[in-house]
Amino acid sequence: MPWGRPPPWPSRPRAVGQAAPVPSHPRAVGQAPWRRRRGADGHAVAEEERRVRANARDYNEKFQYASNCIKTSKYNVVTFLPVNLFEQFQEVANTYFLFLLILQLIPQISSLSWFTTIVPLVLVLTITAVKDATDDYFRHKSDKQVNTRQSQVLLGGGLRQEQWMNVRVGDIIKLENNQFVAADLLLLCSSEPHGLCYIETAELDGETNMKVRQAIPVTSELGDTGKLARFDGEVVCEPPNNKLDKFGGTLYWKENKYPLSNQNMLLRGCVLRNTEWCFGLVIFAGPDTKLMQNSGRTKFKRTSIDRLMNTLVLWIFGFLVCMGVILAIGNAIWEHEVGVCFQIYLPWDEGVHSAFFSGFLSFWSYIIILNTVVPISLYVSVEVIRLGHSYFINWDKKMYCAKRRTPAEARTTTLNEELGQVEYIFSDKTGTLTQNIMVFSKCSVHGHSYGDAQDVLGRKAELGERPEPVDFSFNPLADPRFQFWDAGLLEAVKLGDPHVHEFFRLLSLCHTVMSEEKSEGELYYKAQSPDEGALVTAARNFGFVFRSRTPKTITVHELGRAITYQLLAILDFNNIRKRMSVIVRGPEGKIRLYCKGADTILLERLRPASQDLTNVTTDHLNEYAGEGLRTLVLAYKDLEESYYEDWSERLRRASGAPEAREDRLARLYEEVEHDMTLLGATAIEDKLQQGVPETIAILTLANIKIWVLTGDKQETAVNIGYSCKMLTDDMTEVFVVTGHTVLEVREELRKAREKMMDASRSVGNGFSYQEKLSSSKLTSVLEAIAGEYALVINGHSLAHALEADMEVEFLETACACKAVICCRVTPLQKAQVVELVKKYKKAVTLAIGDGANDVSMIKTAHIGVGISGQEGIQAVLASDYSFSQFKFLQRLLLVHGRWSYLRMCKFLCYFFYKNFAFTMVHFWFGFFCGFSAQTVYDQYFITLYNIVYTSLPVLAMGVFDQDVPEQRSMEYPKLYEPGQLNLLFNKREFFICIAQGIYTSVLMFFIPYGVFADATRDDGAQLADYQSFAVTVATSLVIVVSVQIGLDTGFWTAINHFFIWGSLAAYFAILFAMHSDGLFQMFPNQFRFVGNAQNTLAQPAVWLTIALTTVVCIVPVVAFRFLKLDLKPELSDTVRYTQLVRKKQKAQHRCLRRVGRAGSRRSGYAFSHQEGFGELIMSGKNMRLSSLALAGFAARPGAAWIETLRKKKGSDGSPGADGTLKV
Amino acid sequence: MKNRKSQEAQTLPSRCPDNSAFKQQKLPAWKPKLTITTVLSSFFVTGVFCLSAGVCLILSTNSVREIQINYSDKCSDCSKLRENSSNWNNECYCSVDFMLKEDMLGDVFMYYGLQNFYQNHRRYVISRSDAQLLGRDVDIQKSYCAPFTTYQNGTPMAPCGAIANSIFNDTIDLFYNLNSSVIQVPLLKTGNSWWTDKNVKFRNPKSYNLSSAFAGTARPPYWQKPVYMLDEEDEGNNGYINDDFLIWMRVSAFSTFRNLYRRVSRTNQFADGLPAGNYTFHISYNFPVSKFKGKKHVILSTVVWSGGSNPFLGIAYTVCGTAATLTGFVIIAIHLQLRKKKTFIQK
Repeated sequence: MPWGRPPPWPSRPRAVGQAAPVPSHPRAVGQAPWRRRRGADGHAVAEEERRVRANARDYNEKFQYASNCIKTSKYNVVTFLPVNLFEQFQEVANTYFLFLLILQLIPQISSLSWFTTIVPLVLVLTITAVKDATDDYFRHKSDKQVNTRQSQVLLGGGLRQEQWMNVRVGDIIKLENNQFVAADLLLLCSSEPHGLCYIETAELDGETNMKVRQAIPVTSELGDTGKLARFDGEVVCEPPNNKLDKFGGTLYWKENKYPLSNQNMLLRGCVLRNTEWCFGLVIFAGPDTKLMQNSGRTKFKRTSIDRLMNTLVLWIFGFLVCMGVILAIGNAIWEHEVGVCFQIYLPWDEGVHSAFFSGFLSFWSYIIILNTVVPISLYVSVEVIRLGHSYFINWDKKMYCAKRRTPAEARTTTLNEELGQVEYIFSDKTGTLTQNIMVFSKCSVHGHSYGDAQDVLGRKAELGERPEPVDFSFNPLADPRFQFWDAGLLEAVKLGDPHVHEFFRLLSLCHTVMSEEKSEGELYYKAQSPDEGALVTAARNFGFVFRSRTPKTITVHELGRAITYQLLAILDFNNIRKRMSVIVRGPEGKIRLYCKGADTILLERLRPASQDLTNVTTDHLNEYAGEGLRTLVLAYKDLEESYYEDWSERLRRASGAPEAREDRLARLYEEVEHDMTLLGATAIEDKLQQGVPETIAILTLANIKIWVLTGDKQETAVNIGYSCKMLTDDMTEVFVVTGHTVLEVREELRKAREKMMDASRSVGNGFSYQEKLSSSKLTSVLEAIAGEYALVINGHSLAHALEADMEVEFLETACACKAVICCRVTPLQKAQVVELVKKYKKAVTLAIGDGANDVSMIKTAHIGVGISGQEGIQAVLASDYSFSQFKFLQRLLLVHGRWSYLRMCKFLCYFFYKNFAFTMVHFWFGFFCGFSAQTVYDQYFITLYNIVYTSLPVLAMGVFDQDVPEQRSMEYPKLYEPGQLNLLFNKREFFICIAQGIYTSVLMFFIPYGVFADATRDDGAQLADYQSFAVTVATSLVIVVSVQIGLDTGFWTAINHFFIWGSLAAYFAILFAMHSDGLFQMFPNQFRFVGNAQNTLAQPAVWLTIALTTVVCIVPVVAFRFLKLDLKPELSDTVRYTQLVRKKQKAQHRCLRRVGRAGSRRSGYAFSHQEGFGELIMSGKNMRLSSLALAGFAARPGAAWIETLRKKKGSDGSPGADGTLKV
Repeated sequence: MKNRKSQEAQTLPSRCPDNSAFKQQKLPAWKPKLTITTVLSSFFVTGVFCLSAGVCLILSTNSVREIQINYSDKCSDCSKLRENSSNWNNECYCSVDFMLKEDMLGDVFMYYGLQNFYQNHRRYVISRSDAQLLGRDVDIQKSYCAPFTTYQNGTPMAPCGAIANSIFNDTIDLFYNLNSSVIQVPLLKTGNSWWTDKNVKFRNPKSYNLSSAFAGTARPPYWQKPVYMLDEEDEGNNGYINDDFLIWMRVSAFSTFRNLYRRVSRTNQFADGLPAGNYTFHISYNFPVSKFKGKKHVILSTVVWSGGSNPFLGIAYTVCGTAATLTGFVIIAIHLQLRKKKTFIQK
């Protein structure tokens, strides 16, 4: 992909981070509100329906539809400055500083030079502008790249190459295989039969499987350019909208009306696959396309620290105003009492006639000089630190997945410290906890169970020792990746056990898998559901190789013999039937129905005769289910020729019936699928992702609650819960809520709560609980529950539980449980659950998922994590962080999150401290200078203090600090707790910092005051002048805050050394430069402090003052810190200082990791493929004409048509096959 | 499609993050820890340092001899006269007698001290034009000198601004009464200001003589004589580089301050300083202070290495040193107590 990714810039609160490029439409998701509707020209907004006439540019011109030129960029060269500045000044902070700047231009108020504000402001504005400009440059580049793609447009009777941006609504364009669709098109015709064409919609909805689109019959015959050029149909359809799966319109052509649906549309962003060419009529172009309409700005997320910071900043503003008022009153009184008399030497300013007015002016003057309590650099520094943390996440080798070649990616730069505060994790199951890889692991055939690993003697192997897998080398078509450990099954196949043969024959026939043979013997299966793929692959390895299929036949190599079965019917799967069947005619002419399905359903439909076998198989099923395997029951039935004839005739009629078709079909299916003979059962293992149980164990130790929200069935979800150790048999009880009505659900929840409370009462301290019950609310009791519980809730129950009157009840119950599993939930419910926790618990939530169905939850949670897995990129695009393995979550939270939080908190504490220490000195000085808003420091010092002298050391600390090494955070997950409890930076900590700052400022002022009151130099000359005082205070301030940052820095890298010592050096260098002769000679009115540094700093008394101030400011801090460490050490302190606790912790670990589970849970059947696929196969619509013609040649591998269902990954480099088949 | 794949293949290997110490956050680092040893040693070192510095300072400041006389009270007649500004032209003299009980040995400095004079007021501090004082020809209308910029007829003031205008203009002479004879103590009026002020910060406008250099300007309203007549005897002490002017222009940090006025010239019987005995200040009282409840002092003082007499630093150091040492002991106590408890629990 040629898309350069703009670097994640530090973003001021308005975050740009969300806007990360999508592979081919770089801005498809997450940005660009400025390119909404063309609101200005009233017409566009009022567009109620769209009329498009083919090949009639003049006609379509009238409507002024948007052209196909997309513009995601915000600025051009001319508009950049004004627009960007306008945007920046919409920020409160920037406006505030602009306001200060304006205040400073009023001479009566101006207590500082204009540059003390303008320098930082310009710096900030410039940095932001450069960032915006760079971002926009990349947008321009990608816009241009997209806009200049070539497409073939039918113009004037012939095809012409045009750039995408020149494509108009109403044009007919030709697409070729593997091309991106240029705009939203109405499919007119294609190279395939019936006007079909195949598209991949990964960029629209994240689904990687191929989809079929079909032209309406009347246009599908317009095969050549001549006919198309004469096509003058007119489409009337809905206005542009963002619904990807809906389209409604009508084609008017030759006095006929044809309804159009989404099935006829090719949307921009799709890729044409397996279709040589097709023609389409442009309906929506450029910004009107569904892809672009879907790219609304994602909601900007703020962290809790952000919110706290904003509150604190408001408080500080309040504090600032208070100080201003105090000093203004002081000024009024002073001017009234003293200033009036002093007028002989210092007359009042022109226009100031009363002390009151003077006080008023002095209020504004003080607002200006005290504004540094909230410096503009705070916001910039916070963003820089977060950016640094994001880079550390991107750079982390331990979060790089070598297999998928994907590093972790922080897609937002604004949320990092929140990663250290997560309390609730909401996880998807499939693809997140599990790999979505199904492995055929066991089976039961005619009452004999196979699949346990056996040693040489045929005994069950002990756990842990794995013998050699079964050797499938006898079978040239075997899949080398398939492994099985029970040689007995293969023996049975070789011995010709008829049941085993029938078992595998069923597996090789009863499915909707497509096969592809790239070269002789190299088979690839494309299955809609991984379960099916696993089953067919198993059959293949055991010698029943599904080779190829046509609409009417299935060719299977049975132990080397090619046998072609006639496929008579596919009785497709759906959620109610929970089974699928095929009816085939064998080579001998016998008609047989093969069926596989969920045990609960299928066992009812067996012949009553085989009760014994059913019992044995049921035992096996229970055993498999207990191991967390997904099971299926297999059965068959022979059909009489005459019966089948009759049945198929009825089926034919039913499927042609105009109404109640579904019902009638279902009844027919029901009729034929009974009295079946049991063949056996299969067990499939749903493989967990690497390291999932360990990760969950560690996160649980870190006091993070994990909720699994899955669309899967309850049984599957619970099984996964056990296999990843969320649920353990140590648990006191697992509550299952499956009620269908409000009352049932409420009752079940109530019972669960009662049980939990009863149990904790009986634990022994019932006394205290009784007391508690009477005094406090239910919640607190539930929070103090003893024992571990888990809650499993079903989608339909959840719907009730999430209703307004029950949600609190549900939440209380759920939060009292260690683990919560919600199954069968819809994407919307996932989001609702997250929202619920967000609403009632003041906790940080994290949602992790990999599929398009997780997007809503990822967007809702405080932090969204996308697993960059196989299910497309939709989740990743919506996420704030992405990586490819669930196990990286522990590193993201426990290491990166924890550090980010720690660093941000330390940074903020220090930052507020240093600014209070710096600014409050002015306040004290106010009482000694007639409240005249005279600053203590040189104006240059004020300008540079925050941006030069003290910015880098604290930034280095904010970026690099580590309290304990990373391994320790994993070893002691409890270290994560301070973040969850918000201990490191909260209002209390803030006040402590402020208090320390004020304390420092008091000493910073009064110690030099005491010294300077009537000091003289060692040569008798004056020393107590204002400038010497300023230099002394400034120097001691810089030294004190540098020592303080040295004390706060726990991890002195070379960079920290460089910045801390460098800042001090820079201070003195700049001080001497500012006080040098040269600058004074150039600007005598600006550099008034000439000669001051060398005169003042040559005095021992000054250095003694500085030393005293430093000692008095720092020593108490050291004492307090040490005593705190000694008396009440935090866990991190303990970890940092000793290694003693280590053993204890490890033991605890082992205890929690203990595996143990049993029980008889019955696993359900989960076909994950959509309904209706069988129909497509039977109709042959998805097969080429040429393949149909070849249908008889079973021996010849009909490889090409399988491409129709090929997944994206397999699709590279085989288009050549097309040619060979087009005989 | 092919193209895309191959590009991916090219870019993919580079996606693996570098294994550098910086990127993996494994930079070698010094991890300071607050251990009992470091904390205690730093407390005791600090304590010892502060105590010794404090003792030294107290001892040395105690050796400073200083005498301070409030003459705005003693010359109350003059004070009253000056309260009415219409009497500005009337001269007023006043003499103040005092007795030195001990010799003041070494260099003796004479200061004038002002109380309640807000030299640190913002409007006062900025009311000057450093460019003008550097001898530049500048438009002082653009400076912050207002209202002391120009007279109504447009003649600019030299020097402009409230600071210059309010210059301390008392003259103080010191007489030694030795056995009924009165000896004037020789006083040095130059060399009292900072070298940088005298040589860098202030320059007279260039011209063949000083009065022509200031031609076209007028003295500030409160001045009795123009700037080029501040010291007519000494060319190097006249105009903007007059020491008294320089010292006044270096505004003080607080409303109570002392500025160096004269140094005792160590000649004749004053070679070792001022001998004990009776002295008299002869003061020409010009500077009005009573109106704003100000006070004027005249101070005689010797200096040591740490400057003049200021007990604050010494006392502060001693207190601080004591506190640090005590804290050290408290920490030891708490730590031991805690360790006892810990071992107790372990048993």
